Amino acid sequence: MKKNTKILASLILAAVFLGLLIFIDNSSLKNSMLSTCLQKGAIYALVAVSMNLLNGFTGLFSLGQAGFMLIGAYTYGILTIPVTSRGSVYQYFDGGLVQFSIPVIPAIILAGIMAACFAALIGLPVLKLKSDYLAIATLGFAEIIRALIQWKQIAPLTNGSNMLRAFPTYDTILFPFIISAICIAIIVLLIRSSYGRAFKAIREDEIAAEAMGVNLFKHKMMSFVISSFFAGIGGALLAMFQASVQAKAFTSAMTYEILLIVVIGGIGSITGSIIASFLFVGCMEWWLRFLDEVHYIGDFKVPFLRTGFRMVVFSIVIMIIVLFWRKGIMGNKEFSWDAIAKFFKDPFGLVSKKKKKGEVK
Amino acid sequence: MTNYVQLLLSGIAVGSLYALIAIGYTMVYGILRLINFAHGDMFMMAGFFLIYIAAVPHMPIWGALLLTILLTVVLGFMIERCAYKPLRSAPRMSVMISAIGVSYLLQNFATYFTGGLAQAYPEIPLISKKIEIFGVSTKLITIITPILTIVLVLALVTLIKFTKIGMAMRAVSKDFETSQLMGIKINSVISMTFIIGSFLAAVGSIMYFSYYEQVSPTIGAMPGLKAFVAAVFGGIGSIPGAVIGAYIIGICENFIKSYPVIADLSNAFTFVLLIVILIFKPNGLFGEKLSEKV
Repeated sequence: MKKNTKILASLILAAVFLGLLIFIDNSSLKNSMLSTCLQKGAIYALVAVSMNLLNGFTGLFSLGQAGFMLIGAYTYGILTIPVTSRGSVYQYFDGGLVQFSIPVIPAIILAGIMAACFAALIGLPVLKLKSDYLAIATLGFAEIIRALIQWKQIAPLTNGSNMLRAFPTYDTILFPFIISAICIAIIVLLIRSSYGRAFKAIREDEIAAEAMGVNLFKHKMMSFVISSFFAGIGGALLAMFQASVQAKAFTSAMTYEILLIVVIGGIGSITGSIIASFLFVGCMEWWLRFLDEVHYIGDFKVPFLRTGFRMVVFSIVIMIIVLFWRKGIMGNKEFSWDAIAKFFKDPFGLVSKKKKKGEVK
Repeated sequence: MTNYVQLLLSGIAVGSLYALIAIGYTMVYGILRLINFAHGDMFMMAGFFLIYIAAVPHMPIWGALLLTILLTVVLGFMIERCAYKPLRSAPRMSVMISAIGVSYLLQNFATYFTGGLAQAYPEIPLISKKIEIFGVSTKLITIITPILTIVLVLALVTLIKFTKIGMAMRAVSKDFETSQLMGIKINSVISMTFIIGSFLAAVGSIMYFSYYEQVSPTIGAMPGLKAFVAAVFGGIGSIPGAVIGAYIIGICENFIKSYPVIADLSNAFTFVLLIVILIFKPNGLFGEKLSEKV
């Protein structure tokens, strides 16, 4: 396929998608399950891509994503609650410590910066650790953050274990898509730059990369800080989406969910992570819902169906993917028009297999 | 003074429970180099097993206890066979992800099966009795737990030092491939490791939930992580290390909980300890030094 055709195809696809979103935004579908899944999918896509930058492209197995999202969500919440509502949100703490609020966009950026600062702080000791020790240390770090935010002594700042709410949210469902798209585009540019190549070198072989003159610590730190920055922004978006935020929701189970999205999409594939987050959110929130309700076929009551069965089926599906389809949807490849074109010319490689056989004869 | 004795006693009891779980982690890590994230959830499942079995009419309590231990062991064995064995030659990260998947599955299954609510743990007549020592009133279980833990650890150390299967375990943890070449049946050794680990988790679970009296589907995660920290603290792969690490964490945690100002941070403390030990002594207190090969 020619380059111009590819660009045209991509533009058409983007325009169709954008048109669809605008249509949903302006129709009665705005409050439907479809719209909820799309928004949550966009936010999860950003967080999954940020985790993929770390796990898939730099080879650092980190499990701290929920902690950084938590920092982002709280930074956003604390900074943007209107002064007039502070009295009711911080009702136990005389309106809280912070008595000003800033606009939405700077707050989102600050949410990312705050998460990045914490990442830089924790990265100093932790990034020297090897694979699974790094995983457990970052997981521990996320738990520390969660306990710290709920600590009574700093409750005038964080509202303790009470909920943060009444902060501004977005009016149009395009908002999370635009922010996520900008952030993911920045990550893609980073991966294609010389820094990105250094990250991949570290992933393939640390010692060889070091021998080739890649500064290991500097690049690991960079990947870690940037990944946390975008996780922080993802956290802020999630807070806006939910319209309220509470520290106890950001458990390690949340990190596991994001990790599973990355695995399903393919470790080391940006487009894979994006596709997988929409599928994951769709399955979890929507398509498997029917499993949670009691159904009858004629007089026959379908067994097992009751609240919670959806998640059991869902986790079994995930286990099957993890065990038997380890590459995930995309492996480490990216979406490309060439692959699509090839697929339509020759579905499932039937023609090329025959050709190869012919050559042998 | 009595206050301190009380704190120390309950700290030792909690530490013993962490020790029983930590051994499961440290043994699996020693052999497979895998953080078995599902271990904490097995501990939770064992709790639910006893609740449901004890509710069966005419079930004697000792029968329920035995059946619980048996079921947990079978579960541990099955998890290894289904979720870890197919990935034997895969990269370590895949196995860890599989372990996370199993943990997710067990939690969701327990939520489905139990309706997601916390349930009361049945009272086990003998160990829930109240007694008084050093002028402090406590449950008998506070005393039984450390004794039982020490007996089990000694038995385990003997098993590993002096029996054939123990020797095989040590060989496999030293060098996976060479021991396979020497004719050790890797799969049965690994299964045995999971069986022992699950057995200890089941015993730990019985003690833990008799102490805290409630089971809920996500309760396994925290003790599981803490026990893992204990295993890292003591030097992963080392059984005495795991036990000592568990006691230190259990006792410190109880003392922190007694000061109202920092009581909320008792969970955070465990992980601060983890990060500190990883920085200053990455191999833990008793861990072996591993040299890195290019």
